[in-house]
Amino acid sequence: MSEQPANPVREAIAAAIAENEVILFMKGTPEAPSCGFSARSVAALKALDTRFAAVDILPDPRIRQELSAISNWPTTPQLFVRGELVGGCDIITEMFDSGELADLLGAKEQADVDPVALPQAPMQIQNNLA
Amino acid sequence: MPSPNEIQRRIEEAIPGAQVDVEDYTGGGDHFRAVVTAGAFAGLSRIEQHRLVYAVFGEEIGGPIHALSLKTQSE
Repeated sequence: MSEQPANPVREAIAAAIAENEVILFMKGTPEAPSCGFSARSVAALKALDTRFAAVDILPDPRIRQELSAISNWPTTPQLFVRGELVGGCDIITEMFDSGELADLLGAKEQADVDPVALPQAPMQIQNNLA
Repeated sequence: MPSPNEIQRRIEEAIPGAQVDVEDYTGGGDHFRAVVTAGAFAGLSRIEQHRLVYAVFGEEIGGPIHALSLKTQSE
């Protein structure tokens, strides 16, 4: 790459949102969440057998900053489905309880999901910055 | 350190007619849970409703207010 993007962190986040049908930005990893809200959000997705990409925002403060700038949402976790912000832990929990989250994610099973594009291991977004 | 009363008052001032209940659910003065009922939410998505409330606090969310858990409803 001869050209350096103006804001590589923001571009990496935008690309991750675009490339992953279901993606959760969280504190910690799905296996070891660092915050109760992130843990609850992961639990809701797992309860619905959802395959999702995850990005740990903790390694670099710019991730949280740029994510909030993109999403106009101040807190983490943040769940995106098909490029759209669904919400944080409160909305995820509410939608899980009401069945709306299952509906939203169930539709995804009809779509073509490429297992390679949805890594089981958390995506290390900071590795994209090198 | 904001108090539940202060958070309640600020939301009520910013969103006219809002009925607000706030609790400090860890007792530590930085994790709050608010239930906000406001006619102003009618027709808005949950995301938009929560954004209206978060906007009251701006940069304080994630700072002095570590977490503000929300439940919003229009009536």
